[in-house]
Amino acid sequence: MRLTGAQMIIKALEEEAVETVFGYPGGTVIPLYDALYDSKIRHVLMRHEQAVGHAADGYARVRGKPGVCFVTSGPGATNIVTPLASAYMDSIPVVVIAGQVATKVMGTDAFQEADIFGCSMSMVKHSFLVKSASEIPKAVRGAFYIATTGRPGPVLIVLPVDVQNEEGEFVYPPKLEFPGYHPERNEDLTMWGDVVEAINKAERPLLLLGGGVIHSRASAAFSSFIDEFRMPVATTLMGKGAYPEGNFLSLGMAGMHGRPAANRAILEADLVIGVGTRFSDRTTGRATRFAPNAKIIHIDVDPAEINKNIRASHFLIGDAGKIISSLHREIKARDRSTWLKDIEKFKQEELCDDDSSYITPRVLLMSLRKMVEPQQIVSTEVGQNQMWAALHWQVKFPGTFLSSGGLGTMGYGLPAAIGAAFALLDRPVLCISGDGSFLMNVQELETCVRYNLPVKLIVINNSSLGMVRQWQELFWNERYSATNEAPSRSLVEIARGFGVKGYRIERSHEISSTLQMALSQEGPTLVECIVPTKEKVFPMVPPGGGMDEMILEA
Amino acid sequence: MKYVIGVLSEDKPGVLSRIAALIARRGYNVESLSVGHSHIEGISRFTMVVEGDERVVDQIVKQLDKLIEIVEVRNLSQAPYVERWIMLIKVSAPLEIRPHVLQTAEAFRGKAVDVGGDALVFEVTGDKGKVEAFLSAMRPFGILEVASSGAVAMQRVGFEGKVSGRCEEYELKLA
Ligand SMILES: Cc1ncc(C[n+]2csc(CCOP(=O)(O)OP(=O)(O)O)c2C)c(N)n1
Ligand SMILES: [Mg+2]
Repeated sequence: MRLTGAQMIIKALEEEAVETVFGYPGGTVIPLYDALYDSKIRHVLMRHEQAVGHAADGYARVRGKPGVCFVTSGPGATNIVTPLASAYMDSIPVVVIAGQVATKVMGTDAFQEADIFGCSMSMVKHSFLVKSASEIPKAVRGAFYIATTGRPGPVLIVLPVDVQNEEGEFVYPPKLEFPGYHPERNEDLTMWGDVVEAINKAERPLLLLGGGVIHSRASAAFSSFIDEFRMPVATTLMGKGAYPEGNFLSLGMAGMHGRPAANRAILEADLVIGVGTRFSDRTTGRATRFAPNAKIIHIDVDPAEINKNIRASHFLIGDAGKIISSLHREIKARDRSTWLKDIEKFKQEELCDDDSSYITPRVLLMSLRKMVEPQQIVSTEVGQNQMWAALHWQVKFPGTFLSSGGLGTMGYGLPAAIGAAFALLDRPVLCISGDGSFLMNVQELETCVRYNLPVKLIVINNSSLGMVRQWQELFWNERYSATNEAPSRSLVEIARGFGVKGYRIERSHEISSTLQMALSQEGPTLVECIVPTKEKVFPMVPPGGGMDEMILEA
Repeated sequence: MKYVIGVLSEDKPGVLSRIAALIARRGYNVESLSVGHSHIEGISRFTMVVEGDERVVDQIVKQLDKLIEIVEVRNLSQAPYVERWIMLIKVSAPLEIRPHVLQTAEAFRGKAVDVGGDALVFEVTGDKGKVEAFLSAMRPFGILEVASSGAVAMQRVGFEGKVSGRCEEYELKLA
């Protein structure tokens, strides 16, 4: 079949069963958009390329398929660098197709030329610079294959405008061989025997589950392992939902702002089994003081993660689900009731009741949680709002908690919620936001309105860039440089300007009724919740400190 | 400690940048990096000498291996290997002292590859120690310019067992 390069892209996306593309047009992708005009693929016009990328990321997390983006060259392409970096850090399959100036003027600083191929190299799993239309089928096929296999990640295809116009023969390759890419060959189970023995011997074992467990769709296998052998579970931020929070064996998130019970269990454990986690500094605190009494078993799909951040006593490389199912058959049950009593005690001791007239984020989030279904999808922004959500929002199902973990990108939450809304169709999506982050991609309220999306924003307005302010309060002598600057308009007013229904909660007794009201509306709504600026996220492991130095209150 | 890493990669534009970006980003200390053809068409061979502890080198090897275009990464220092540098050295050599310069060069099997009125250009090949010793020996005469290849290296053949270092599987696929 003879097609133009642009038509080939669309045809290839159809071959990949792409249903939705997020994008923003421009000069060097006009041919691509022209070809899209005749396709059944749905295009979602966002209002900024950063939002394009995060929407694709949110879509991918919920839909379990790569999120696809179209952006133009130059500023369109540079605007997508942040979402690429975010998706790379969180191992999310996103395929970005970026326009580029014509091949013959590349490198001459032509109008809207930016070297996106060069500048994104360390933030993509792979990238293709397509120099002729004949390379397109292989590039698209390869991009989807690479983005979704092994450890997932974003792939960039750079597509000069003349290549989009060039005609060629379209043959879609059935299977591709990359001589240097064989994720299935990374499997390494040489330490199998040691791992089985270490688990069987452990008296105080603990599982630490990361995003990899969710990516490998292994939650069911983990649940049956955990429930049978009765081992307590902590997660990373990315791992929230890998095992249902609220279950007796779930300790919640561990780490810098982890739940006290999770961190205490890590300090007391004699074996930590980390699965699908890279043991990031936000999870471990000072690495040398992480799990001081424990052997560490590391199970991951990426060999480069082994011994990168933390020394593992034993490791296995491969798919989390496959490995846990095989381990399940070989591990022996044993009585660990003393350890489970300790776990119960840790959990008892972290209970607190706050009863105040002002709104505490904890009460707000716990009330909200009760109003929605267990499968409710929620995205978060970044900062205190994110950590409050991580601490107090119980995630019951994998893939229902969307947060920018590795990069901590403010402005992620709203577009990610939009992406999730397109993946779900019709079911509402919540976004827990902060006043600072909300304003970072506020233009996407317009997208919500244009598509009448059921995105419900819960903005925790502390009139402050709260997380930075918290560090300044605790570690920088209360010198609030640039953080105590409240938005100059009420967020409700801003939302209404976009045509989004807005509500405001100022006192704790209004929480239920107002949330109920906002949730029951059709289409996008926003609830602005006023919380005191001084409200902090606790517990906190001070930056650079060990987990044992966790501060529980100011 | 120094480690020598051999890399086979698809010969595609951007590979060198990817390797350089990977190294630069993590601040790895690279003493030399050289690239040229391998024994397989379409596959280039890089040789890299890096300074660091075992953990650093382990990371470099694994991170390089993650690059899609890289077909094989091998830490050559784990087993016996041969390493060679090639260096061109322009040495001041006025006629009065020229025999002396040539004699010194001879001791290192340095070959004069260009001869001029006041200077000579020598080529010297060997491991790093040898080329460095040659430089020291020439220094008193006055070194005008130096160009060095950096290391190229491969695993030694040995007398027992399988000959390593051929990317056989990939060759089969290409054939
Ligand atoms: C794009 C971006 N810029 C800056 C930061 C640094 N930062 C981290 S948290 C934070 C404050 C966030 O403010 P807000 O959204 O109001 O959340 P809060 O902490 O107040 O809940 C800032 C500025 C960031 N994470 N991302
Ligand atoms: Mg704030």
